[in-house]
Amino acid sequence: MFRNQYDTDVTTWSPAGRLFQVEYAMEAVKQGSACVGLRSRTHAVLAAANKAASELSSHQRKVFRVADHAGVALAGLTADGRVLSRFLRSECINHAFVYDAPLPVSRLALRLADKAQVCTQRSWKRPYGVGLLVAGLDESGAHLYYNCPSGNYFEYQAFAIGSRSQAAKTFLERRFEGYNDYTPDQLIKDALSAIKETLQGEKLTSSNCTVAIVGRKDDGTVEPFEMIDAKRIQEIIDSMEATEEAPASAAEAESSSMQEDKGTDAGTGTDAAPMDI
Amino acid sequence: MAACGDGFYGNNTGTREHTLYPYVTGTSVIAMKYKDGVIMACDTGASYGKTLRYKSVERITVVGKHSLIGASGELSDFQEILRCLDELTLIDHMCDDGNSMGPKELHSYLTTLMYNRRNKFDPLWNSVVIGGLKKGSHGDEKFLGMVNMIGTHYEENYIATGFGNHLAMPIFRSEWREDMTFEEGVKLVEKCLLVLLYRDPTSINKFQVAKITSEGAAIYPPYSLKTYWGFSAFKNPTKDSSIEGSMKRLSLSDPAQTFEHFVAVSRNV
Repeated sequence: MFRNQYDTDVTTWSPAGRLFQVEYAMEAVKQGSACVGLRSRTHAVLAAANKAASELSSHQRKVFRVADHAGVALAGLTADGRVLSRFLRSECINHAFVYDAPLPVSRLALRLADKAQVCTQRSWKRPYGVGLLVAGLDESGAHLYYNCPSGNYFEYQAFAIGSRSQAAKTFLERRFEGYNDYTPDQLIKDALSAIKETLQGEKLTSSNCTVAIVGRKDDGTVEPFEMIDAKRIQEIIDSMEATEEAPASAAEAESSSMQEDKGTDAGTGTDAAPMDI
Repeated sequence: MAACGDGFYGNNTGTREHTLYPYVTGTSVIAMKYKDGVIMACDTGASYGKTLRYKSVERITVVGKHSLIGASGELSDFQEILRCLDELTLIDHMCDDGNSMGPKELHSYLTTLMYNRRNKFDPLWNSVVIGGLKKGSHGDEKFLGMVNMIGTHYEENYIATGFGNHLAMPIFRSEWREDMTFEEGVKLVEKCLLVLLYRDPTSINKFQVAKITSEGAAIYPPYSLKTYWGFSAFKNPTKDSSIEGSMKRLSLSDPAQTFEHFVAVSRNV
């Protein structure tokens, strides 16, 4: 991305029909540490790679419960993300008060997107610098949405955002077609594997990732959105590593080719405007 | 009685309004759950005070895909409620995302609406009955609930508003059973409607029955019930004064007789 004469205001179009300030805001999302979301028909899982400002500090909180039936994982300016989480919580609570029912996830994502769009069309505002993966459960099943600073949002079967997310996306692209029928445990395992891809060789432990799940069991009972505790995450990581050692040679050949993908994150914006994708 | 208010709560004239009394009113609505869904019934009359002014008023309508709404009380307020609910269903329709508002959500919305108006001393003068069914996590879930003008709301297996609270509820309480068939349900409802016809002065002999099932809603065309007025004491009240309901013939020119009758009646002879 290069500085140019059309990028001072969010309300200035470039001759090519781009809003550079919005695109720069989307760059901020890529600076945040990775987040991953995936869903089956009945469950949705969010996972985030924890990053601490220094060894002395605690890690940034990236996954937030928004309501019993929904939560978000964010990447980018966490302050903006905190404010938006508060907005989402408020929307869910207000809806539940009036209608005594959970706000459908598609409507939640829509309200968030409309709020983000406002900031792309006011000269005295700036776009939010955070991308959110919105995961939730409503009467039509489990959903996963990605809301970006441009005000666009899409529904996904699986998605990853943040730095080195391309590695996670490559991993998910190979496996997402079976996700609708995955059990919750399988979803969690794939989420952890996707996060592992973004850690670039660093060991995956329960202290450098957060996982949350929401869903509806076969008997109809709802499992509300909640973080999975560190002990259980470690158990799952350990069981994943145990099975990995068995088909070792085939897996190793694939993972070494994936290492090369991790460097090419920032190059998406040079030709097509990112929000058009 | 208009005090100056900011007028931003519904009217644009800048005056605050307080509903004092209703003008055109509908009488009881009764409803009950049955095996396949909910049955709702009421008469098609609307009174202007003591005058039975309108005789073909539909006081039950379908809202959205899943609910029946019926109301007693002020008719214009019912129309306002329907307008609000239409807006809700329109939003659902425009979102086009597969989500739709079920009877439980409508009930909760109306509760908030009616209670809010009550708190402004400007109530919607209705008792609204909401019935319907929607697919939930445990299959088709039937719902039947009521909200009234002060915001009181509850869910029950059978509901009656207005006079129905006094005349129809005892019948429901003793005769309603879980999982009645449609025919049994209509029979029970007609029994209640007949009692209301006899005893509620603001009811008329023209009824509408509506049902809602998982296949959708149906509001049947209006019809009348057969009534019986052939009681001998009613046909000829002075014939035999010992029959229940008869009246002794009085000669008003003889003060002694009238006084004696007065004494007898007051002593409950």
